[in-house]
Amino acid sequence: MSLPIYAGWGERLWYYTFRVICGLIFLFLITPIIIVIPLSFNVEPYFSFTSGMLSLDPDAFSLRWYKDIFTNGMANPDATTGWWADSWNNAQWLRSMRNSFFIGICATIISTSIGTLAAVGLSRSEMPYKNQIMALLISPMIVPLVITAAGAFKAFSMLGLAYTYTGLILAHAVLGTPFVIITVTATLVGFDQSLVRAAQSMGATPFRTFFKVQMPLILPGVISGALFAFITSFDEVVVVIQLAAAEQRTIPRQMFSGIREQISPTILAVATILVMISIALLATLEMIRRRSERLRGLSPS
Amino acid sequence: MSQTADKQPVLAADGTPLKQALDAALFRNRMRAFMLVLPLLLFLFVTFIIPIGIFLSFGIHDPVFSKFMPKTSAVLSDWDTTSEPTEDMYAALVADMVVARKDKTIGRAATRVNRELSGTRSLFTSSARKAAKLEAPFKESLVAVKKQWADPEVWKAMKVASRSWTLGYYANALDYKQVADGSFEPQPENRQIHVPLLVKTLWISLQVTLYCLILGYPIAYLMSNLPARTSNLLMILVLLPFWTSILVRTTAWIAMLQSQGVLNDLFVLFGVTDDDNRYSMIYNKLGTLIAMTHILLPFMVLPLYSVMRGIPPSYVRAAKSMGATNWTAFSRIYAPQTIPGIGAGAILVFIVAIGYYITPALVGGQDGQMISNVIAFHMKSSLNWSLAAALGGVLLVVVMTLYWIYDRVVGIDNMKLG
Amino acid sequence: MKFNQISLGVAAALVMGATNAADTITVVSWGGAYTVSQVEAYHKPWMAKTGNSIISEDYNGGLSEVKAQVDAGNVKWDLVDVELSDAVRGCDEGLLETLDASVLPAGADGSAAADDFIDGALQDCAVASIVWSTIYAYDNTVIDGQPSTIGDFFDLEKYPGKRGLRKSPKANLEMALAADGVAAEEIYDVLSTPEGIDRAFAKLDTIKGETIFWEAGAQPPQLLADGEVVMTTAYNGRIFNAMAAEGKPFEVVWDAQVFDMDLWVIPKGAPNKEAAMDFLAFSTSTEQLAAQASWISYGPARKSSAPLVGHYDGKPELEMAPHMPTAPENFGTAIANDFEFWADNQDELNERFNAWLAS
Repeated sequence: MSLPIYAGWGERLWYYTFRVICGLIFLFLITPIIIVIPLSFNVEPYFSFTSGMLSLDPDAFSLRWYKDIFTNGMANPDATTGWWADSWNNAQWLRSMRNSFFIGICATIISTSIGTLAAVGLSRSEMPYKNQIMALLISPMIVPLVITAAGAFKAFSMLGLAYTYTGLILAHAVLGTPFVIITVTATLVGFDQSLVRAAQSMGATPFRTFFKVQMPLILPGVISGALFAFITSFDEVVVVIQLAAAEQRTIPRQMFSGIREQISPTILAVATILVMISIALLATLEMIRRRSERLRGLSPS
Repeated sequence: MSQTADKQPVLAADGTPLKQALDAALFRNRMRAFMLVLPLLLFLFVTFIIPIGIFLSFGIHDPVFSKFMPKTSAVLSDWDTTSEPTEDMYAALVADMVVARKDKTIGRAATRVNRELSGTRSLFTSSARKAAKLEAPFKESLVAVKKQWADPEVWKAMKVASRSWTLGYYANALDYKQVADGSFEPQPENRQIHVPLLVKTLWISLQVTLYCLILGYPIAYLMSNLPARTSNLLMILVLLPFWTSILVRTTAWIAMLQSQGVLNDLFVLFGVTDDDNRYSMIYNKLGTLIAMTHILLPFMVLPLYSVMRGIPPSYVRAAKSMGATNWTAFSRIYAPQTIPGIGAGAILVFIVAIGYYITPALVGGQDGQMISNVIAFHMKSSLNWSLAAALGGVLLVVVMTLYWIYDRVVGIDNMKLG
Repeated sequence: MKFNQISLGVAAALVMGATNAADTITVVSWGGAYTVSQVEAYHKPWMAKTGNSIISEDYNGGLSEVKAQVDAGNVKWDLVDVELSDAVRGCDEGLLETLDASVLPAGADGSAAADDFIDGALQDCAVASIVWSTIYAYDNTVIDGQPSTIGDFFDLEKYPGKRGLRKSPKANLEMALAADGVAAEEIYDVLSTPEGIDRAFAKLDTIKGETIFWEAGAQPPQLLADGEVVMTTAYNGRIFNAMAAEGKPFEVVWDAQVFDMDLWVIPKGAPNKEAAMDFLAFSTSTEQLAAQASWISYGPARKSSAPLVGHYDGKPELEMAPHMPTAPENFGTAIANDFEFWADNQDELNERFNAWLAS
């Protein structure tokens, strides 16, 4: 959309105004995420830049809130021996980090495996009631989380699964499946079914066909679906509030009560770490996308 | 399968009619496809659909009173709500209270009646303490304990509470109330809160959708018209927020907007306002609007972008070459082609916004609360799961209608993520 | 200091090398400075004495979690610190274990537990540990003059600036009526009439536009410190703690403060009922209650503890007694919370309050 040389005065003005407007919108999108990073190094317990920070005085910056992540809740933060074990077992942020990863990974495995299977089925032309079933399978993404959480709590209570890891993992797995379905069916849209027929005509079992022919091609979709499922669980707080006891607290749950009750800059430090994790996931996703485009012989876009 | 006698069917290799064999093969293929989906369907039923059904059933089924006050409920079902309560009814009530007091269930029955008639809770709990010592005639002795027992309103409230299957909670969710004879009447004006709440929720969601459109359209347009390398770079600015935890973004907005926050500091620095008159931009509806717009903006940009990418630039060029001004070319040629993207983005943003809980709960203050927050309040604070379920039912109907529209307009299989 | 869900338990087990015989109980309280005071005065000595361990958790009051756990048949909490109205209501609804008051130790002065506890402290399902008040406080570096009455809190002309109120009708309605000129002993009578409720809300209306609402007890001192408000209602101990421990320039106003108790209850089906009961008896003994009062300005629920209350931890110059809600010069202006009124009316008033908030 470069400016043509014959553009008139008004066109030029609009061209630059439009770019300034877009720049401001991008600024709106990205500033809040970037701003937490320097604030998390604030030596003062404030949520704003101190004059020291603005003049780049090294004394105005510190790692104290990061240290707090490792020490808050420890039995004996000043001990010389067993510090790491104590921190690993007792520091509340580390415990919730462990919970988040454990629940997220387990939920991702469940939703990715049965979600991929279902997506493969849905992409077959013979699939009966395709649209209706698809609509049903995507619905966990649509139903308000408060309702999902309430239902899960009431039903899981009857099964003795409330306040257990199993209950949380199952509930998060449900929430992740729509993402797997969407991403995997998207990769299957361009999939040439004659490849399957070719494999079968040469005597491959359906099982072998799936893993040798289909799987490598839909793998990027599966991986990005898995990443989506993981981030969904990793981010989720409404279900956790309803279904988790203290021992199953996750990072977002911990942040939620932190923001509600006593907002400390430690939350900003945690937020910074989470931003880093998102950047890593996003980079992974981008790499997968590029690789998949190469594999399918599409021109890089 | 009907075969006409005069026409020999074509046979397959094994001698069955070909049509039949094909049908059978097709059926097998269908089953095979279905079997692949089945595990997820079952999983969804067990962990999602049935649970929601159970939760919603609370909205129409509340057996607390009839369970803990069985005798009273039985006599109340015969009562016509207008005649004087009889001695039998008082005797049944006292008998139930004695048992309920012993089982420690009187409080639950009392809470149920208290929802119908405020102030009756202690009537039950305190009378139940003395119930075991009461003697016939129970009417006199009970009225002697608390004179409110002679009030027919208390009995009417019990009558309403004794219905296990009830539309009363749904009526309440729509600002009506069920009265003793089973009919419905509007709530008094100062208790009409749920319909305005729903309207407010819809209004906030609509505003958020609008802001997302206003902010999302230009950048989607810009990105779709830039070379791939640059637009991919800008896309990261959209996707990074999308992949960042909602709680992180909400925290960030608190840091930005609170009265000692970054933005207010800047305002003071540049003399927009002075130190004593900092703006309150968070813990109110404004905060909810800003944070939700930011959180939902990617949901708008992504479908818009994917639609705009597919619009061939030649159309606009053709229009211009035929003398259209920039504005005409845009409004008559380009914009109409983006409508599918607008539809997809707007409905999606609206659906997600309407059930939003976390952001209003954290930054909404008192006027930025939405229907999900009130549902959560009834589950967590007032412990009125039945009302929560009825409100949830109303919310679900709205969301599912929108979802159906989305399916009609956009098609579920066109949903894209990043 | 943030003390959310400290797992002192596991820690203690590690430190002391205790192996299997020890119990671990989950004790739930209101977080912040209040939980700190309990950890120092009750948890640590009890763990040292018995070798058991404690997992400490925070909540924001109410019976919802207890009810959810009892309904789910999976009770995680062993002991919960609740308000009086919730203790009574929970007991009536069968959510709480009945407690045997006879196991409570006699007071240090030898008086039997039943006589030693103040009135209302021993309930069927609950034993009180402290008395506290909802007061209002202000930042004296921001406010010109000296607010001294509840009327001043509602006077935006005399003392302009944002106010903070608890996001609940409790205490707010009482204070509003008191500010409107209703005498302390008549407040609940007035509130029992529709006109009285209208009157209270009308009074709250006068400051609503300038009010920020808080939920957790730790918030009001934070709001004051951050300058978000210039005056706020608060639990008296929280303000005291911000003054004593962090040297904040806050002042507490003792007028029409609402007086209440906090009690220990054991949820029905608690996993470690025996150990929880032992902790309960230990923590409500004369010495422990007095020790707790040296960490935060909440009054002990035993009469025999009062003479033992000394000074604030680590600050001999700071006597606790004048900061207690039970101190004679403070107590005269108190409104005693009527738990029965709230048990009866809280559903309706909560609903009305929420509608009022949203309007």
